[in-house]
Amino acid sequence: MLPTSTWARRMAERALLAATRQLLERLGAGVTARVWRLGFASRFFLYMILHSGVAFRRFWLTVREIYFAGVLSLIIILVSGLFVGMVLGLQGYETLQRYGSSEALGILVALSLVRELGPVVAGLLFASRAGSAITAEIGLMKATEQIAAMEMMAVDPIARVVAPRFWAGVISMPMLAALFSAMGIFGGYLVGVQLIGVDEGAFWSQMQASVDFREDIMNGVIKSVVFGIAVTWIAVFEGYDAAPTAEGVSGATTRTVVTSSLAILALDFILTALMFTGGNAR
Amino acid sequence: MASPDVVEIENLSFGYEPTRPVLHGVSLRIGRGKVVGIMGQSGCGKTTLLRIIAGALRPSAGVARVLGEVVNQLDDAGIFALRRKMGMLFQFGALFTDMTAYENVAFQMREHTELPPDLIHDLALLKLEAVGLRGAAQLMPSELSGGMARRVALARAIALDPQLILYDEPFTGLDPISLGAIARLIRQLNDSLGATSVVVSHDVQECFDIADYVYMVSAGRVVAAGTPQDLRRSGEPFVHQFVHGEPDGPIPFHYPAPGYAADLDVGAAHG
Repeated sequence: MLPTSTWARRMAERALLAATRQLLERLGAGVTARVWRLGFASRFFLYMILHSGVAFRRFWLTVREIYFAGVLSLIIILVSGLFVGMVLGLQGYETLQRYGSSEALGILVALSLVRELGPVVAGLLFASRAGSAITAEIGLMKATEQIAAMEMMAVDPIARVVAPRFWAGVISMPMLAALFSAMGIFGGYLVGVQLIGVDEGAFWSQMQASVDFREDIMNGVIKSVVFGIAVTWIAVFEGYDAAPTAEGVSGATTRTVVTSSLAILALDFILTALMFTGGNAR
Repeated sequence: MASPDVVEIENLSFGYEPTRPVLHGVSLRIGRGKVVGIMGQSGCGKTTLLRIIAGALRPSAGVARVLGEVVNQLDDAGIFALRRKMGMLFQFGALFTDMTAYENVAFQMREHTELPPDLIHDLALLKLEAVGLRGAAQLMPSELSGGMARRVALARAIALDPQLILYDEPFTGLDPISLGAIARLIRQLNDSLGATSVVVSHDVQECFDIADYVYMVSAGRVVAAGTPQDLRRSGEPFVHQFVHGEPDGPIPFHYPAPGYAADLDVGAAHG
């Protein structure tokens, strides 16, 4: 017979092994489920791209969605852009004046906005405002059998409902990011030039001299296009894949905002590394 | 010579999960021009059967032949081609909430035909007039009552003069006037369009009033079939319980449970 201490140690080892195995199993199941979902989402994306003909042949379907995704997001984008620019103006001036470079405020505000804050913050706001609305709308269409009714009428809902919304998001996002940056620069000008008294000529001329169209503005535009694709893809997929219940639609809407936000931040890091470092660094 | 049956189902089985079959060996035939009811209690598999007829689900065994095509052998393009000859009324209408009643009815015409807008306008109003709602053409679904929404959905289902019309619980949640109107419309539209109608329902009175023939489904099997008169007279226990709405019978009132005394712990208290 084993002494009590040995028996207890073996029991503890067994329990630890069982717990570790359970943890690994759960981890494996979670990873497998996510890989499956990613595969399903990729297939959905490919199918949607291949069935996008209707979105362009009957472009008014896409224009209508641009109104809902883009035009209705204008207020939040413009107001946020203004405040972000104003904060940049204040913070930037505080730092720059310590080194006697307050005239460079225009460069700081413009580069921060066109390279980073414009695409990223506009993307995050777009995910919250338009992405969640797209998911909720498609999810509710599914819950109320409108998607099933469309299929019964021999109309492909991915071509008729999903693709126009996707392309509307992809088209809207760079425009919203550009407007966000423009409004932010105006906010920086208001605070820096009109409120604090930075020289107006220096503010604009240094900005004009230092912001490169291809390196800065176009890279910012590319970022916003990529964010537009990511956010709208996630939004339409989550809506289409939502469980047809109130809880299912609510969960899908939350997932859209969370996943899109994380995707934007992760993609921003990758794109920044590719665009503004190494051989591309100026 | 074309088969006189619009729908032929032979020995059909289906389960959403392999371990939980919903339909077992169902066979039935639906003749051209008829209004046929498929009845049974909630969860018995009748809506699943309707979805198989519509090509939305594929059976695990058996054959579903609809309008001469074996539905379970068709690819997506084939199913879509077949559906252009069908109309379907969903349980709560499933109207497109971002379109007016008129746009809902005109939707299929715009999607599937090259008809000029003026003609689509006239045809859509004609369909709305057939269900008595021409005057509501410009109302949004949120402005329609439940009965009106169902009638607009019916006008939408018959927009392209389908050969087969499927009705999924068309009487659910309607007031008596709307219920009577929908029942009358199903019969009238079927006869005037020369279509065939399949009505899935558990409303005995309305379904018996309009159906030429009724199949009774229970636990995924066809347990009885006949004209409404035959079924009213039937002595078969399930049919009798269902038609007369008796709370207990072959479908028990009590969900299976262990002994009541054991659940209440009566033995322990007094033992």
